[in-house]
This record gives sequence, structure tokens and C-alpha cells, in this order.
Amino acid sequence: MKKQMQLVQCTVNGKEVAEYVDVRESLLEMLRNRLGLTSVKKGCEVGECGACTVIVDGETIDSCIYLAVWAEGKNIRTLEGLEKNGELTRIQEAFIEEGAIQCGFCTPGFVMSATVLLERGEKLSREAIKKQMSGNLCRCTGYHNIINAVEKVMDENFEKKDET
Amino acid sequence: MYDIENYYNAGTIAEAVELLKEHPDARIISGGSDVLIKIREGKFAGTSLVCIRDIREIKGIERMESGDIYIGAGTVFSHITNDPVIQRWIPVLGEAVDQVGGPQVRNIGTVGGNICNGAVSADSVPTLFSLNAMLRLSDGKGGRTVPIRQFYLGPGRVDLQPGEILTHIVIPEREYMGYYGHYIKYSMRNAMDIATLSCSVVSKTDVSQGILEDIRITFGVAAPVPFRCEKTEAALKGMPVGEELYDTIEKMVREEIHPRDSWRASREFRLQIGGEIARRALIRTIELAGGDPS
Repeated sequence: MKKQMQLVQCTVNGKEVAEYVDVRESLLEMLRNRLGLTSVKKGCEVGECGACTVIVDGETIDSCIYLAVWAEGKNIRTLEGLEKNGELTRIQEAFIEEGAIQCGFCTPGFVMSATVLLERGEKLSREAIKKQMSGNLCRCTGYHNIINAVEKVMDENFEKKDET
Repeated sequence: MYDIENYYNAGTIAEAVELLKEHPDARIISGGSDVLIKIREGKFAGTSLVCIRDIREIKGIERMESGDIYIGAGTVFSHITNDPVIQRWIPVLGEAVDQVGGPQVRNIGTVGGNICNGAVSADSVPTLFSLNAMLRLSDGKGGRTVPIRQFYLGPGRVDLQPGEILTHIVIPEREYMGYYGHYIKYSMRNAMDIATLSCSVVSKTDVSQGILEDIRITFGVAAPVPFRCEKTEAALKGMPVGEELYDTIEKMVREEIHPRDSWRASREFRLQIGGEIARRALIRTIELAGGDPS
């Protein structure tokens, strides 16, 4: 158990970041403790609950089972990077409209999973949406409204596409 | 903070082999979805790591001119599922690895790690057994190639020698051309669960004659290591497609596999499920071949 520090340079929410991290540190710890991005929740710490979900190079990962040094050169997005000039993204609004939030602890992770799913631009069945959101757990069991929110925005996106 | 003693990063296969020889106590880490969790649990606490995730040579999938398909051991599950070569030639493998954990885990977990950790419940492995996959191992010199069936030594134990790394999984053309496969994972949840029992059937059907020409049946969690039902396979080859074939696979599989009692499920339950999922998987492969399963 020796302290072994390493420089990590990456992009976090559009900003270039350079941090010396301990090689034993998880990305979750780097984001929360060094960069203050506390939307990234520490839940199970074994990659089961999805509360620490972030987007790395366009794919969701559990940042608790991802070493900080692996972030070198990567493009990382957390919930903090979604809002623009005080405006929420459509999926964040839809979570509010649909009451897809109870205690809120799982919400950032769910929103990140939903964000990637919606950005892919596919039209999925409700069952397929559930499968894509299955790496996130809600201990309040508010799944129904969460899936409703994702489905709502997906439908809207496709209605818009049809009009154009 | 993970309890890691020393961390070494390899950029090439040669570097990885060198580091492993220099540090014989170090463990290989690739995706991390298994090793990091075992460090957290304490099982691997204090281990040193040789990280192979930056090695480009072991990522990606390619179909060679010979028709053989090379899958880099460092390829993550979701990339296998989305790969056009896999979707066209061996879709069963893409479907099988799409049942691992959840989306986030499938974005980091690698097929090589799934094989090398020796877990009998690994979702990629029954299908790789049924495809008679070969494993390409590198030791910095000539390396060796072994059939995946010979790689499994016992529960959690594989034939990976010190200083060796798994670089590719090779599916020879003759093993998949004309074959259709289906994988069934029986688990308590649809996601984020490991298999209670799993079965991958890969078969070749003469559709015009209605004859099952060839079949390979592999179970996960039905024995200490992934298990091929050789006796059942031999008995089924050449049988006409129909109810009698399905009754035979169901009955013979139950006699051949030897699952155990565990907190997940009893032996009796696994035997019951085993016959049923083998039957269903076989019927599906015949449908996929364009045959009439009835």
C-alpha cells in the first residue's frame, strides 16, 4: 500500500482538467473529492446500483469500479455538465414533470443513463428502454415514473423528426 | 481508495509479459468489473496489478481472409454485441454477452476477463464452448493456442501460466459456418444477476431433409466448469427434427449434467430447468436455420 501518484489529463464537462491522483483512487473519488462534482453518488461501490454513473467517451460506466488513472485522455460527462445557462435538459424536465424523483439519490445516475440512450436517437419499446436502464437501481422503487419520463422524451424526439 | 500494492501499466503485449515476469505476484486487470470488486471484498486486497487496458492489439473484432473470426480479449461486451462481424456471423455470442450485468458493466467488462476469471456462470463462455473457440495466449515468445475446453481446470481455475496473457479468442470458420446458436440464461432477475443455470446450443440442421446434422450443447453452472454434454450430442446427431428429438435432449441432458445445491437453487431445480432450457434453445436454433421445428 504505497502512495503512487500519477497525472491524469482529461476533459470533464467540456473543461480540460489536470489532476494528480493516487493510482488506487476510483474515478468516483476523483470526481467528488478533487473536482467537487457531488452529483456522482457513492452508492454500492461494487458496480451494481448505478448511482455513480457517468459518461466516458459516449458510454455510461459505473465510476466506482473505474480507476481514476483510466480517465487519461477521456471525455467525461457528469450531471453538472448537462444544464446550459441555467436551463435543464429535456430529460431533466421530464423527470420533474413525471414525478420520477423520490429521495433523489439515484436520480443523477438515471439521468446520465437516459441521456446516452436519448442521444443515440433510437426509438425503443418500453421493454427495451427498461433493459437499457437496468444498470440503475432506485431503492424507493420509483421505476414506473422514471421509465415514463424516458419514454415521453423519446416520443417527443420522434414526433419532431416526423414533422421535419 | 482501493487496496492496491503496486500498479503497472502495459502499453503492448510485450510490455505486459515483461511486467508479469518481473512481478510474479501481480494480477492482470483489464475491465476491472471483477478484479476491483474482489479487491473491495478483500479477496484480492493488497494485490499488485498489471493493467492491460491500454493494449490496442487486443481490442476489436476481425474476420480474417480464412474466414476465422478473431476477437481481441480486451473487447468489452457491448462492443461485441454491436459489432457487425458478430451480428452477421455469430449473433448468438453478441446476444449472450448482452445478458451480462447491466449496460454500465457491459461497457467495461471484457470477454477475456470473463474467460480468465474462471467463473462457471460467465455468460460468454457456454457459447464459446459450443463454437469450439480457440484461445491465443502470448508469453512474449511463440505463445500457444488452446481449445477453450482445455483451458478450464476447476472452479475459478484456468490454465493461464505465470507471464502469459490471453490475447485473442479465435472462432474457426468451420465451427460457425452453417451453424445457428441460441443462449438461454436462467436467473432470478432479468438484469444485474448471475446465471442460476445457463445453456448455449449451437446446431446445424439439414432443413430440406429435416435432420439435425450436428449439435453442441454447453451448460454454465451445471458442473464445476462449463460443461459440454457430449453423450447427449452424440445421441442427437442424425435424428429427425421433431418432438422425439426434443424429448430426447430434455431427458438426456438431465442425466448428463451434474449441478449442485447452492443458495441460489437446489440441484433438483437446476436439473428440471436444465432439460427445459436445452429443449427450448434447440428448438430456437432449428427455427433460426429456417427449419420447421414441429
